[in-house]
This record gives sequence, C-alpha cells and structure tokens, in this order.
Amino acid sequence: MMRVRLSNAELNDAASHYDGPYRPYDIIKEVCVATGVVTLIALLLTIFLSSPDLPPTTIQTWSRQMPADFVTTAVAELDGSSDTAGYGPPYNHASSGQHVFFIYLEKWLGVSHPVNSAYDFVIAPLRAIPDDPSLQAAVTHYVHAPATEQAAWTGAYSTALAKASSNPKGAVALPAGNYGPVAPMMSSLLALAQSGGLDGALLTSKQFYQTDYTKPLLFMEDGSALSNRATYQHLQGTQWGMMNETGSYPGQVWLWLYTFWYQVPPFTTSEADNADAFVMAVMGLLSAAFVLLPFLPGIRTIPRRIPVYKLIWRDWYATDGAASAPPPPAPKRAPRVAKLRQAS
Amino acid sequence: MSSWTGKVREFGLRNLPPERLFPDSQPAYMTSAIYLFGALTIGSLVVIIASGSILALKGPAWWHVQSIGHFFNSIHLWSVELFFFFMVIHLWGKFWMAAWRGGRARVWITGAVTFIIAIPCAFTGYVSQQNFDSQWIATQGKDGLNSLGVGAFFNPLNFGQMYSFHVLLFPVLVIGLVSLHILLVRRHGIVPPIPLADSVGPVTAKR
Repeated sequence: MMRVRLSNAELNDAASHYDGPYRPYDIIKEVCVATGVVTLIALLLTIFLSSPDLPPTTIQTWSRQMPADFVTTAVAELDGSSDTAGYGPPYNHASSGQHVFFIYLEKWLGVSHPVNSAYDFVIAPLRAIPDDPSLQAAVTHYVHAPATEQAAWTGAYSTALAKASSNPKGAVALPAGNYGPVAPMMSSLLALAQSGGLDGALLTSKQFYQTDYTKPLLFMEDGSALSNRATYQHLQGTQWGMMNETGSYPGQVWLWLYTFWYQVPPFTTSEADNADAFVMAVMGLLSAAFVLLPFLPGIRTIPRRIPVYKLIWRDWYATDGAASAPPPPAPKRAPRVAKLRQAS
Repeated sequence: MSSWTGKVREFGLRNLPPERLFPDSQPAYMTSAIYLFGALTIGSLVVIIASGSILALKGPAWWHVQSIGHFFNSIHLWSVELFFFFMVIHLWGKFWMAAWRGGRARVWITGAVTFIIAIPCAFTGYVSQQNFDSQWIATQGKDGLNSLGVGAFFNPLNFGQMYSFHVLLFPVLVIGLVSLHILLVRRHGIVPPIPLADSVGPVTAKR
C-alpha cells in the first residue's frame, strides 16, 4: 500500500476553500454564553477562594523586626558593597551589566534611573534630619574623610555587626571599636527608619505626588526582609518563584517556560552571572519561533505526523469528510516469478 | 474618484461582507468542543475588562480597604487565570489543526502575538497590586528586563509607570490584536480539516 503525502502547497490549496455542507450557527449567542459561563466560573472561584493580599513590607517594619539586618544593609550601601551599589545600568556605572556574547544591551542603553547607594540611601536622608548638629558633624566628617579611612570605619563596623545584639527597643548594640562617625550615622538612620521617616525620605523627589518606588525597593531588596518572606511564600527563583503566588493561589503559570530555564544548567552554573540575559535571549528566540511557526519546516508538519486532527474532526471524517479519504488500494498482482513457474 | 471614506467602506464590504462578519452558519466540520475555547477566551477578556474597569475607576488602593473592592479584585484575578487557561487550550487546538493552512498564517501570527503581549499585560497588573506580591515580583522581574536594556524605559519598580501600562497601553494592544485576530478569522473562515488522503499506510512517497 502506498501512502500519499500531500505537499505543503497542496495542503494549503486544499484549505483555501470549502464547498461542503454548512450547519446553523449563532456567533453572537456563542460569545454571550461563553461570557456568561466565564462570569459564573469566576464568581464561584471568587466566592470560594477569594484572592491573596499580603501587606507590603515597609522599611519601618523591616528595621523594627530585623534591626541588625537593616544596619548591615545600610553599611553595605554606604561602603558600596551592596548589590545595588555594584549593579550597573540602569542604576549606576559600577559594572557593565549582563550581556550575551558581545551584546551589552544593558550597558548600551545606559543609566536611566541613577542611584548612588551611599548618598541616596544613607547620607541624603541623614542630611534631612533637622536639629541634630552632632549628627550633621558626623556626616560631614565621614563625607570629607579619605576613602581608606571610610573603608576602615565601615569595615570595622561590619565586622562588629556579627557580634551585635539588639535590645527590646530595637537598637543595635555593638562592642567598643573604632567606627568613627559610622556608629552615630547608623544609629540615627536606624531611628529614622523605625519611625517610618526613611520610607518617605527615599520616595522624595521634586514633585509633591510620588509614584516611583525604585529607591526604597532597591534598598529593601539588598536586605533580608523581602527575601525571607519570599522563601516562606515559596517565591524564590530556585522555587520557580516568578510563576508562583503568595499562599496557595495560582500565579503567573504562563511563565513556566521562562522560569524553567533558571532551574537548569548552564543558566545555574557557567552562565549564572548572565543568566537573566541568556534566559531572555532564549525566550526571545522561542517566542519568534512560536509566532513564525507556520513558516518553519519540520515544526509545521508535526500536526500531520501526530494526527491529533483525526480526533478533533472525527465526526466529520465519519460522515461528510469520508470523501476526502484515499481510494482503497488496488489488488496485488501475482508475483512474476510464480507465473513463470506455472508456465514451465 | 471615490472618497477616502468610500474606499474604506468598499474595502470593508469586499473583505468582510455582513454575512461573513456575522455568520449564521458554519461549515459542518465545526463540531468539536475545541472550537469553544476561542469564544471562552473572548468571554474571559470581557470579564477582565469589566472587572478591571471597576477597579480602575475606584483607584488602585480601593480593593485593599473595602470588601467589595476585594471581591472585584478576585473576579479580575480569576478571569485572568481563565483567560490564559482557555487561550492556551485554544492555541494548542489550532496547532494540532495546523490552522495556518490556506493563507491563514496571519490568523496564527495575531493569535500568537496576542498571547505574548498578554504576558506583560498581566505582569504589569501583578506589580501594580501594591502588596508584598508586587514588591517581590517587581524586584525579581527587573533583572530580566534590565538585562535586555528594557529597564531604561520600562521600570517595574515605578508603580505609576506600571499602572499606566496596565490600565491603558497593554489592554489597548490586547484588545486591538484580539479584534484583528477575529476579523481575520471571519475573513478567511475556519480552517477545513486535513484531508484523510494525507496519511494512509506505511510507506511514504512525497508527491
């Protein structure tokens, strides 16, 4: 028996017109009924499951619940060792950012949201505290000190934080040491944060209305408060976090393929430093293939090779569509060798 | 010489005569339940727009402080989940039908692009929630966007910008693409079945 595979052009031609029978259909009714069905399902899900709404983390709650972590993060912002301080574009020039081979899109598009972690997160908020001449003198002392001396103070302070204790009022007590002006600066910044003042200070711009949370979110991301909550809510990157939702609710499940790449090599190993850029590149290529699928040889023939279509159109093939079946195979001719034997 | 208006009317009537735009009959092969998922996707989009409009009219903080606001937020969330669920089934169905045949590549392309654009549309909604979820998604999502350089003009940490994208730009894009997709489906009609002659027997001989 011979199988006939139509060429792509023949399949296209066969699908460009239809001369067979029709059946009654009401497009408006179908859409209205579908909308009603979806409304009903959404209503039932709302009534029985509601939706999640965990309150946001604020710098105030973070600094009150985890004062040592807050101060540790603040010192890292001050001495330039935090993630934000070394991020690169679009926040600063500390690095060239991620790249794929020779393509440095992050670097090429530049610093669009400038963030100086030491100035924006520590010095500027402290400068805005009124009626505290000793604090202002400490800030001035720090700002005008040589870089080596600044590093010695912050280094000693960071080391001592490992032995720090928090008292019930939320203050951080360190053993005696040569911390220079860093100790009073951190003490004042912690007090400002615990009062709620730093939440507002990091939002401050030249406008009265504020909608840009870039600075407070970057600052909080450098600490452990957001991360700890995310771990508890199974939202970390290693927990397929981007597609999860707080609680047990479904999240952005359509991001499963995007999230998948973060779980496997080389994105977790040799390319971990540029994982975001490489994952985006892979997803870009896959998205282009998805859109252009009708033009991709091999991929576009999969539906013909795995005939799920026979299930979809089984009713049609059993009735009117039977005409599109091939003719039954012709009877086999007797083998030539047998005929020769008979003749002899 | 006909006017611009006349030319547009003639173009519309030539490509989409009323009986094709609003058909009261369809080819007899349209019997499978898989055909329902396109309409269910549209139905989900209607519920998303309706619930989202109410949330937008009351402002982004409303649903945190009023139970009726939380109710509409829940409707919005679940209709989005249903939208993607139905759309993915619809896409898989069209894939197995090889629904791009017969000059219908643009129908597939507009559907695929709609799916891709719907993802940032939902993403901007997630980062506009003003709760812990939006804080975490914004701080995690920014790295991928920044790695593309997109962060220079699309900053998930900027609530105002994300909210504008979510309630205006992306919905307009999604609605426009879905409308174009539907018009193209109406223009070309639903794809006929693959002829059974295409796959019979064990030996392959491409003609």
